[in-house]
Amino acid sequence: MEFVLLFISAVLVNNVVLSRFLGICPFLGVSKKIETSIGMGMAVTFVMTLASLISHIVFYAILKPLEIEYLYTIAFILVIASLVQLVEMVIQKTSPSLYQALGVFLPLITTNCAVLGVAVINMQKSIQTNGDFGLIHSVINGLGTAVGFTLAIVLLAGIRERIEYNPIPKHFKGYPIVLITAGLMAIAFLGFSGMIK
Amino acid sequence: MAKLMKLIKNGLFDENPVLVQVLGMCPTLAVTSSATNGLGMGLATTSVLFGSNLVISLLRKIIPAKVRIPAFIVIIATFVTIVDLLLQGYIPALYDSLGLFIPLIVVNCIVLGRAEAFASKNGPLHAIFDGVGMGLGFTLALTILGAIREIIGAGSIFGFQLLKLSWYQPVTIFILAPGAFLVLGFMFAAFNKIKASGTKG
Repeated sequence: MEFVLLFISAVLVNNVVLSRFLGICPFLGVSKKIETSIGMGMAVTFVMTLASLISHIVFYAILKPLEIEYLYTIAFILVIASLVQLVEMVIQKTSPSLYQALGVFLPLITTNCAVLGVAVINMQKSIQTNGDFGLIHSVINGLGTAVGFTLAIVLLAGIRERIEYNPIPKHFKGYPIVLITAGLMAIAFLGFSGMIK
Repeated sequence: MAKLMKLIKNGLFDENPVLVQVLGMCPTLAVTSSATNGLGMGLATTSVLFGSNLVISLLRKIIPAKVRIPAFIVIIATFVTIVDLLLQGYIPALYDSLGLFIPLIVVNCIVLGRAEAFASKNGPLHAIFDGVGMGLGFTLALTILGAIREIIGAGSIFGFQLLKLSWYQPVTIFILAPGAFLVLGFMFAAFNKIKASGTKG
């Protein structure tokens, strides 16, 4: 039950894009079409879940014993960058069709701050709770956050496809209208706050 | 000297990282619930840009082209860690309110973008001015956004309550998540309009 709540909270209540403001760049940049946004969402889900797992292990197996916790920023970004590279190579070898689907989006994920953000959030929660927020919590939080990201980006893409041919005031075309749309979505997601805890 | 000043102006207005290049959106939206936070985040990013641009420019002939991106990221992460520890030590209040977004300066596209587009191709002096100009442009945009949100959402600016507005009922949603998207959307629209009228005239 605890894990289900954690998952729902990560997907809806603390939606990574609309209430935590992580991963805004791909959220605005890759949300023109539903198809591409689904591809981006899948790639992020894959990497974020793995990154949560590995960064947790790196923190407790390497940084903590050596007492160099303050180097976590450097350690995590290296984990994520090499993970993205590795995942790209593995998928290319094992599943060319998945590689075709995700291909373009994989390198972009290194600069998706949501991935590093989740790793840092997991670490902070784990320190606050003295390790009660363990490996499984981290992975579920990572997965939930990624699903939340996918949900938000696919919803935005759906709305953008519909408003594309609407009569938008000239100066609002492009980013302004997308940001205002995202603002309205954030108001809707605000309704979930307080649902858990 | 004129060229150096042009680099600063370039970062502030002509190629403003937020309003023109639309980079670094996450911290822009996330930390601007008040003008002070916006200013603090802007200055923290400026100091990282200053350091990373300087070092990358000095090492630009040593770093092999193939591994330049990981090398840049490690240099940037080093400066972010320095800023993180300094803020934690000397300005703990700001450190608490910026929180997660200090380590996330590492993945701020502006910093890596300037390293790749400018510092790796120019001398250290120009790189420093470019970094500071871009940093100040970022700071400017964040402070304006933070000020607008703070005035509407809390009826204060830089933490000072505006006394004349004592009749004013703050619209709290503007300091919550949706307000960030809405205000930035209108800021972009206003900027587009100003730019359009500028090119016409």
